[in-house]
Amino acid sequence: MITIDASGMHYKELNQLIREGIEKGIKKFFLENVNGQYYIGDGIKGDDVVINVNGVPGNDLGAFMDGPTLIINGNAQDNIGNTMNAGKILIKGDAGDVVGYGMRGGKIYILGNAGYRVGIHMKGYNEQMPIIIIGGKVGSFFAEYMAGGIIVLLGLNDSDEFDSEYFASGMHGGTIYLRKKIDFSKYSKEVELYEADEKDMDFLKKYLVDYADSFNIALEGITDKPFYKIMPSSARPYAHLYTSA
Amino acid sequence: MTKSSFSNIQSEYLALIDQNKCVRCKRCIQNCGWGTYSFGGDKIISDHSKCVACGRCYTYCPEGAISIVKNPTIIRENANWKEGLIKNIWRQSETGGIVISGMGTTFKYKKYFDHILLDACQVTNPSIDPLREPMELRTYLGKKPSRLDIDIDVNGEPVLKSKMPPQIELQTPFVFGAMSYGSISLNAQKAMALAARALGIVMNTGEGGLHDDLVPFGKNIIVQVASGRFGVHRDYLNSGVAVEIKIGQGAKPGIGGHLPGEKIGVDISRTRMIPVGTDAISPAPHHDIYSIEDLRQLIYAVKEATGYEKPVSVKVAAVHNIAAIVSGIVRAGADIVYIDGYTGGTGAAPNIIKDHVGIPIEIALAQVDERLREEGIRSEASIIAAGSIRSSADAIKAIALGADAVAIGTAALIVMGCHVCGKCNTGNCSWGITTQRPELVRRLDPEVYGERLYNLISAWSHEIQEVLGAMGVNSIDSLRGSRERLRGVELTDAELKALGIKHAGL
Repeated sequence: MITIDASGMHYKELNQLIREGIEKGIKKFFLENVNGQYYIGDGIKGDDVVINVNGVPGNDLGAFMDGPTLIINGNAQDNIGNTMNAGKILIKGDAGDVVGYGMRGGKIYILGNAGYRVGIHMKGYNEQMPIIIIGGKVGSFFAEYMAGGIIVLLGLNDSDEFDSEYFASGMHGGTIYLRKKIDFSKYSKEVELYEADEKDMDFLKKYLVDYADSFNIALEGITDKPFYKIMPSSARPYAHLYTSA
Repeated sequence: MTKSSFSNIQSEYLALIDQNKCVRCKRCIQNCGWGTYSFGGDKIISDHSKCVACGRCYTYCPEGAISIVKNPTIIRENANWKEGLIKNIWRQSETGGIVISGMGTTFKYKKYFDHILLDACQVTNPSIDPLREPMELRTYLGKKPSRLDIDIDVNGEPVLKSKMPPQIELQTPFVFGAMSYGSISLNAQKAMALAARALGIVMNTGEGGLHDDLVPFGKNIIVQVASGRFGVHRDYLNSGVAVEIKIGQGAKPGIGGHLPGEKIGVDISRTRMIPVGTDAISPAPHHDIYSIEDLRQLIYAVKEATGYEKPVSVKVAAVHNIAAIVSGIVRAGADIVYIDGYTGGTGAAPNIIKDHVGIPIEIALAQVDERLREEGIRSEASIIAAGSIRSSADAIKAIALGADAVAIGTAALIVMGCHVCGKCNTGNCSWGITTQRPELVRRLDPEVYGERLYNLISAWSHEIQEVLGAMGVNSIDSLRGSRERLRGVELTDAELKALGIKHAGL
């Protein structure tokens, strides 16, 4: 276990300390006074490594990360979990834009809201199935080009309205679960809306339990409403767009 | 729309068989990836409509019985309504599709390399014979320090105190351009990997991930990160000598790519890390990069993930404001900028983009080099020039215009038998290059073509040495950005100005 006081520290130095710590076999990190340092958890490995962050981490939190857990006790900024391969990121506040871009595996749980461009080109592969769960609402361009994995949009705050535009355009894989319906005219033409059935809810349950436990909130407050799911109409949305010269 | 089977488009080529010479060995049937030939009981029959003039059949016909000719049946000549335009109208009216093809543009734009002449020594300074004197082609790609600090050790010897930024060492200023596994076959990639290792240069994975078989070639591989992030993970970033962030491609500036689901078999699925049979869609932009500042963020995300030990390259297409764009890329922290001209190749791109978007690499290079020098940041990054480098002459002119090295893609495929038929997008390549059909891929022997690639680059390197010797310089470094050693012919004042060179005789 190690505590690092990040106040006034450049990201390069901070991340170097983390990488060196992991190499030395340290499993638990407590980062104090973090104030916008980029790339925390970038490219690090180790399923049993846990990094606790107090303060607001900067952009590209957990980029290319492969296993560790990042616990953010507050808000976080843009590009969380960029091209992440495995691991877990908990945000006990709001997240910025571009969450989970090109993410292939692992979990991102956000207690509050997230910004624009969440889950763009998220993809699953074999046993790797990335999952993002957002407690609040999201901005526009949600799940563009989504190719795999699961995104759950809860809207736990009753006043949350899903008013984002360009919902799931170009989606060709994976599943989105919604705890509230959004205006159907805002979905892309490439997706279909279904009511989540018992099988879906059974599948989701373990993730929702994990989410509720992670943030110490009651599961009943999440599963009290029916869920909907959005799936792509085709894994080949552009198959008929072209003709060969 | 309901589709009528009738098409106005007639066969472009005729596959003619001299029945007197033909011994019915059926090699042509086996060799043609397009299904042009079949056996009609007692003789080979051609379905001309399927022929693309890829050259495979007559190359492998033991009797020389096949000739491929342009269909003499003409579409009435009209300099305005050219045949290609008429055919595209038919094609699009029959299908409603965007016309796509492989390789670079077939349009006849002015090729500036062909209007640039090189200098040589006469009387006033001596030329050098590279066969007898050392001639340095070794090239280092990466950020060069603007100053060097030197310490004196206990023996009074100078030692370098400054830490050199990471470099790629090339024995000759060539790299293989990015071509992904998926757009080309694994055997084609292996041929380049073998050649790159033997030559001391590098190949580039493209946006297709790194196949397990290529992992041992890491010292000769640049791994690419593009908008789809296919196959990109921590270990991948660390498996080559450098990481390239692909923003654009000369053949298709500003647009992404779709590897169609039917090409995503088990092996490609594993390498790209996506499910079998789904379209591999590379979005047009990286959706985490909407500005130079965002690019900087990704460059440093990669540097953090690779411990600052690998140079980061950024690949862009040559477009109108290329000089300002590259200045931004260099300031964003790129160690290498790869600029791809508008005649560059592709596995598939809409013709509308390929034929009409971008600018020539020659002009882009001159402008970029000039701009970076003016701003005092030319040594902050190396420049790779690409976009149909067709010969050592093109390469040496590109270097004199301001490139540190050149990339070859199409030329490397021509080595493997490619006849530039431009049908890469169909996946039927008879040469086993741009196909994933096992019976076609199998025929491309990586050892054989690795050796031929080695031969080509060795020959071009010797030619460059000859030219350097003739100019009286003994290292490629002495020619970099030396536009004074170039002169233009048949060029307007505006063109000469854009290229930063004088007219011949001046």
